[in-house]
Amino acid sequence: MAEVMQAADGTPLKRSLARALRRQKMRALALIAPLLLFVLITFIVPIASMLFRSVENDIVANTLPYTVEALADWDATGTDLPPAPVYEAMFYDMFLASEAKRHTRLGTRLNYETTGMSSLFRQSGRNMDDIADLSYEPLEDLDDAWDDGETWYALFNTRGVSDTTLLDDQRKRVARLSGAAADAEINFAPDAEVSALLPLAAREYTAWAVFVATQNNRDPAERDPWESVAPALVTDLQRADLSGYVGPAADMLRAAQQANLPVPDFTQEFGAMDEDWASLEPWQTIQTHSGTYTSGYFLNAIDAQKTPDGVAWQPEEKQILLTLFGRTIWMSLLITFSCIALGYPIAWLLANLPMRQANVLLILVLLPFWTSLLVRTSAWKVMLQQQGVINDVLVWIGLVADDGRLIMINNQFGTIVAMTHILLPFMILPMYSVMQTIPPSYLRAAKSLGATNWTAFWRVYFPQSVPGIGAGSILVFILSIGYYITPEIVGGTKGVFISNRIAFHISSSLNWGLAAALGTILLAAVLVLYWAYDKIVGIDNVKLG
Amino acid sequence: MANTATDQAFVEFERVQKSYDGEILVVKDLNLSMPKGEFLTMLGPSGSGKTTCLMMLAGFETATHGEIKLDGRPINNIPPHKRGIGMVFQNYALFPHMTVAENLSFPLEVRKVGKSEREEKIMRALGMVQMQDFAGRRPAQLSGGQQQRIALARALVFEPELVLMDEPLGALDKQLRETLQFEITRLAHDLGITTVYVTHDQTEALTMSDRVAVFDDGRIQQLAPPDQLYEEPENSFVAQFIGENNTLMGKISKITGDQCEVTLDDGEIIDAKPVNVTEVGQRTRVSIRPERVEMNKERLSPDAHTLKAEVLEFIYMGDIFRTRLRVAGNDDFVIKTRNAPDQVRLTPGTQIDIGWLPQDCRALDA
Ligand SMILES: Nc1ncnc2c1ncn2[C@@H]1O[C@H](COP(=O)(O)OP(=O)(O)OP(=O)(O)O)[C@@H](O)[C@H]1O
Ligand SMILES: [Mg+2]
Repeated sequence: MAEVMQAADGTPLKRSLARALRRQKMRALALIAPLLLFVLITFIVPIASMLFRSVENDIVANTLPYTVEALADWDATGTDLPPAPVYEAMFYDMFLASEAKRHTRLGTRLNYETTGMSSLFRQSGRNMDDIADLSYEPLEDLDDAWDDGETWYALFNTRGVSDTTLLDDQRKRVARLSGAAADAEINFAPDAEVSALLPLAAREYTAWAVFVATQNNRDPAERDPWESVAPALVTDLQRADLSGYVGPAADMLRAAQQANLPVPDFTQEFGAMDEDWASLEPWQTIQTHSGTYTSGYFLNAIDAQKTPDGVAWQPEEKQILLTLFGRTIWMSLLITFSCIALGYPIAWLLANLPMRQANVLLILVLLPFWTSLLVRTSAWKVMLQQQGVINDVLVWIGLVADDGRLIMINNQFGTIVAMTHILLPFMILPMYSVMQTIPPSYLRAAKSLGATNWTAFWRVYFPQSVPGIGAGSILVFILSIGYYITPEIVGGTKGVFISNRIAFHISSSLNWGLAAALGTILLAAVLVLYWAYDKIVGIDNVKLG
Repeated sequence: MANTATDQAFVEFERVQKSYDGEILVVKDLNLSMPKGEFLTMLGPSGSGKTTCLMMLAGFETATHGEIKLDGRPINNIPPHKRGIGMVFQNYALFPHMTVAENLSFPLEVRKVGKSEREEKIMRALGMVQMQDFAGRRPAQLSGGQQQRIALARALVFEPELVLMDEPLGALDKQLRETLQFEITRLAHDLGITTVYVTHDQTEALTMSDRVAVFDDGRIQQLAPPDQLYEEPENSFVAQFIGENNTLMGKISKITGDQCEVTLDDGEIIDAKPVNVTEVGQRTRVSIRPERVEMNKERLSPDAHTLKAEVLEFIYMGDIFRTRLRVAGNDDFVIKTRNAPDQVRLTPGTQIDIGWLPQDCRALDA
């Protein structure tokens, strides 16, 4: 019993069987590999990344790393403005961001949450040089050498011991800000002694050096640094103990310290630049949305928003998405029901006519598939509009007055009519294939047992055709819940679906996060419906053919 | 026979014709009359119009011409659900979405029978087919034979006076078929139901029926009780269709009353009974059942004609012996003999003389 079965060559039977099967599996896998790869690359990966966008929010922390850090302790629900270090951090973050031209993107992102953030950021970015000049100009006046990039390079570049932590941090900062790698060789490393003595200035100079070297491909040794090093240097000099320093520009530093150059009052300068900075709102927005992941897009998708006090509804005039979700589901249901009502008799005819007539009818049913979706939808436009065919006919036969032409398009009616027409084949085909399998002898049996035509149909035929209705309904409902082109063309403003809103956010407002959240909710809704359907009707009862 | 007794007929076909496509008559001139309580079987080759007749009776097809009467009333214009005819389909047609009990309840519900009475009738009908324990099952959970019983019970539960069955046992194996054949006849007999039964299987037709209607080419070729059908076929189609049969071709050479002489194609002369031949010189096909061929001359009358035969093959079949002979140039002449103690077992190559009683050899149309 315990003896292992062996194949002819002495290997255990199990193993040689597994080997034989593995070869088969590999071959099968190789056959489907192209399709698998195709689907993976063109479908699954994009969808996954799109879904991920609905929670992704690292742009705030990437663009304003020091501000976010400084803001962490600030009480956003209070009435006090953030303390001075926050404004200082904001200056350096904003300076680098505006040099990298990334501040407008963040402005756009925050504008989704609070209107006005976009223009605030755009304008402030422009003004950063002016604030820096408040320190830069006095420094330059003191000694022309400060205007020379070589002075700065000599001051900060390593003389033996370099501050690798600082360099790594700044490489990361630049990389996160610009979304591009920043680990190329840069011909610079901050000197450990100077960075201990002048931490802020060393930080900003290193950031600049990394940026110009990695993003602009320039040698920092030959360039002048940004003006932001000046306020940083002046700030450092207020505290620095230069007594033991003998390195480059030691005299210049001492002179500058002696001159007691002014440090810009960032709080005041920001407030002067734009009064919004002297209010709580931008800071609250930044703090509320500073996390790397956010539920903000999902909240937006259901007409809510994040505030410092927790979740709240959007202002009345911005609430539109829940209505749209409701309308999408409601109209999809209506479309599904009208497809059932119109499709059932046709499917029945198809299943019961003699072969030849059934084939002709089937071609008529499939005919719409052979014309472009756009053409069909546009045809409905021609039919339904106020000067369109139907109205003309109604006026002509006198049912409708010329000035009382019916409005049948650019509203829900238009969407329902056109979509019912377009999705009808998806209802008819599964119903047809189910009905085809119901032998006519059941109806005969029912009648021979004494049932009238109606009873025979309702009690015997209909229950057996339900799987077809179920399959058709799932198809039509899922298709229509995500339909885009037809509502876009004939739906006007009242007949559009959630998918039109998604398209708007993808292509017009560029709020991809919200679009992704809406898409995710739609996908989840479909999955939930599918699950519910499975529980109630049982997916095994669905026959597609 | 009931054929002519129109006054007491329960089911009647009068000169009924049927065409589906307006070109071919599927049923040509059907005349049939059944008294109440009769078990009549329609037997015939595929495509001979049996199902069509049944469908016309049930109301699912209309006769192109002629009249069908039920209990004296023409039913051409009564819709199927008002005819009150029970029907058992070849594929059973049990409603798959209903349990056995619901299937049986259906005809009662549409007749608005009260709940308690309904339950009682269902249990009684299930009892008739010994299926009481299966009331809660769905048809898909039953075996073929069980489904057949339920189909039968459903056709009987509303106590119809006429039941139609279209090859109800066609899909079952031989053993089960025999059991159910017996049950169906017993039930039909006990309940006094008039039954029209369609089958391909001649044994089934012979064992079950009061009368058998042999169909071919849209006509009833012969309508008779089983024994008469077997022993006295009225034409060569029936003779060949029912049971095993030896045929020899020849010409009538003499007719005297109910006896005639046939000159076979190789010149030999035999005695036969003229059935549907009338004139001397007419071509004929004579038919003799294998078990009616006699090898023992002493049992035949002294002046009877005999034929020379050569034994080709001897097959031992247990209860009988089957011997194949060459007779008058025909290699497929078969005789059957009972396996009795004194019976000789013929060896191939033996020459023997065979003969028969004139009334066992029927001269039919060619
Ligand atoms: N609905 C129909 N339309 C056209 N022709 C039909 C139809 N039903 C039957 N026929 C034809 O009528 C003839 C008789 O058919 P029917 O079904 O009555 O034969 P049957 O004796 O029941 O045969 P089987 O023993 O094979 O069931 C056949 O030739 C058949 O092709
Ligand atoms: Mg048939």
